Amino acid sequence: MNVDETELPGLGVRKDFVTASGRRIGVVELREGETELFVSTWDDPDTCQASIPLTADEASTLGNLLGGQHIAMRLAEAHREVPGIVTRQFSITPDSPFVNQPMGKAQIRTRSGVSIVAIMREGEVVPSPAPDVVLHPGDLLVAVGTQEGLDSAADILRNG
Amino acid sequence: MDPLALALVELGAVVFCLGLLARLAGRIGMSPIPLYLVGGLAFGAGGFVKLDGMHEFAHLSGEIGVILLLLMLGLEYTASELVTGLRRSWQAGVMDFVLNFIPGAGLAVFLGWGLVGAIVMGGVTYISSSGIAAKVITDLGRIGNRETPVVLSILVFEDLAMAIYLPILTAILAGVGFLGGLQTVGIALAVVTVVLVIALRHGHRVSQAVHSENSEVFLLNVLGLALLVAGIASALQVSAAVGAFMLGIAISGATAHNATRILEPLRDLFAAIFFVAFGLNTDPTSIPPVLGWALVLAVLTAATKMMTGFWAAKRAGIAVPGRFRAGAALIARGEFSIVIAGLAVASGAVPDELAALATAYVLIMAILGPLAARFVEPVVKALRKSPGAPPRTPERTPA
Repeated sequence: MNVDETELPGLGVRKDFVTASGRRIGVVELREGETELFVSTWDDPDTCQASIPLTADEASTLGNLLGGQHIAMRLAEAHREVPGIVTRQFSITPDSPFVNQPMGKAQIRTRSGVSIVAIMREGEVVPSPAPDVVLHPGDLLVAVGTQEGLDSAADILRNG
Repeated sequence: MDPLALALVELGAVVFCLGLLARLAGRIGMSPIPLYLVGGLAFGAGGFVKLDGMHEFAHLSGEIGVILLLLMLGLEYTASELVTGLRRSWQAGVMDFVLNFIPGAGLAVFLGWGLVGAIVMGGVTYISSSGIAAKVITDLGRIGNRETPVVLSILVFEDLAMAIYLPILTAILAGVGFLGGLQTVGIALAVVTVVLVIALRHGHRVSQAVHSENSEVFLLNVLGLALLVAGIASALQVSAAVGAFMLGIAISGATAHNATRILEPLRDLFAAIFFVAFGLNTDPTSIPPVLGWALVLAVLTAATKMMTGFWAAKRAGIAVPGRFRAGAALIARGEFSIVIAGLAVASGAVPDELAALATAYVLIMAILGPLAARFVEPVVKALRKSPGAPPRTPERTPA
């Protein structure tokens, strides 16, 4: 996607792009650290229909809502009500025995009863990864299972 | 009452009244500058009450106010922004200067105020109020608009032009001859270039020199350095305000943000006193005779700013409504017009009518500018909706 960056002297930097529906959407990063979210009107792409000031917290919250982090939060929220079921995230360290191996080789489901429901990689989400997905260092595995199952899954991923 | 008590009471009353005026301005959503000017007119020379006790303090405070106004203006921009702004918008900047300097200068010549008067009035009508323009853009939710960078680039150009214009003005007001004037221009150009180069290459070092974690130390550092630089610049006849402006440009990054935050209340106080002091020295009875000319100038220079913005936005590929918005955003004149008129009046090289005309002009433009920016869009839309125009279809009909 082509994001235009325009300097606004004295105010900050504007970053925006045009959506498939023809609207210009973007943010202005203000000097004071605030963010202004804006959407252009449909009849005049030069002007804004809405221009909403966001604090740093609000901006990052919105970013997470739009981005991959959204899924993990929702999962944790969904399983909180079920007794015994926990969501946990495992990161693949460079020294893990399964680095650059297909995930199925670890046989996590068979050995611990834990399901890997998503992999987050460089800000993108791989939902319900198949056993042949190759694990990279830095990958974040979102796992759902019992407390004991998750402990043993962590042990498997670390020590093989 | 002894002089000290009198001075304190007068100053207290004035500052308190300024507070009330600023609050009123905030309530009706306008710039407080015209109200400060009116407040100053109401008192002082020819006004209701003569304030003699605080005169000396008001004079020096006003000078500090100008220095702080320019320092903060310099802090707002980084050197690289100035250079890219200059590169991107110099054609529009030159057009802006020609279109808006000539009406003021022409009227001054017509009224027989001579070359000095022409250069002063040209400056008064040329420079837009970047403070009012920035506030209008933020308040009307136009930060994300496409024409906004065009408007801001023109303001940047104007502010840099001030760095050349003010030393020339100072030299001319001091009555130096042609050669002396050339020399000052040379010094000013050299100083501006050197400071820009230093700021681009070694800005972090200047910032480091004034930076301190302790806000008290930091405040004293920045303020002391600003007054020192301004004083030296003034001694070199380069104009105190320009010295402060260049210092502001040289300070960059996080230090500049902190300096802005810490100096803002001081700037507000001293600048307010500056506007009042200007009003104090202007006799309100001298305004009605020049009011007609002020109105003529207001209409003329509102139109020329509109043309400037329209042309610059058109070059940037902005559609017609955006061109009008860009023009209207530039109309407001304010603090810097008064700074220029104040310099001229203080030197005594211009007739008193000039102060009256400048006051009346800024009063009109500071009020007209934000109104024009707000209402230009609906007006243009209404005018463009001719009966023959095809109806527009929205991208999606509401379910």
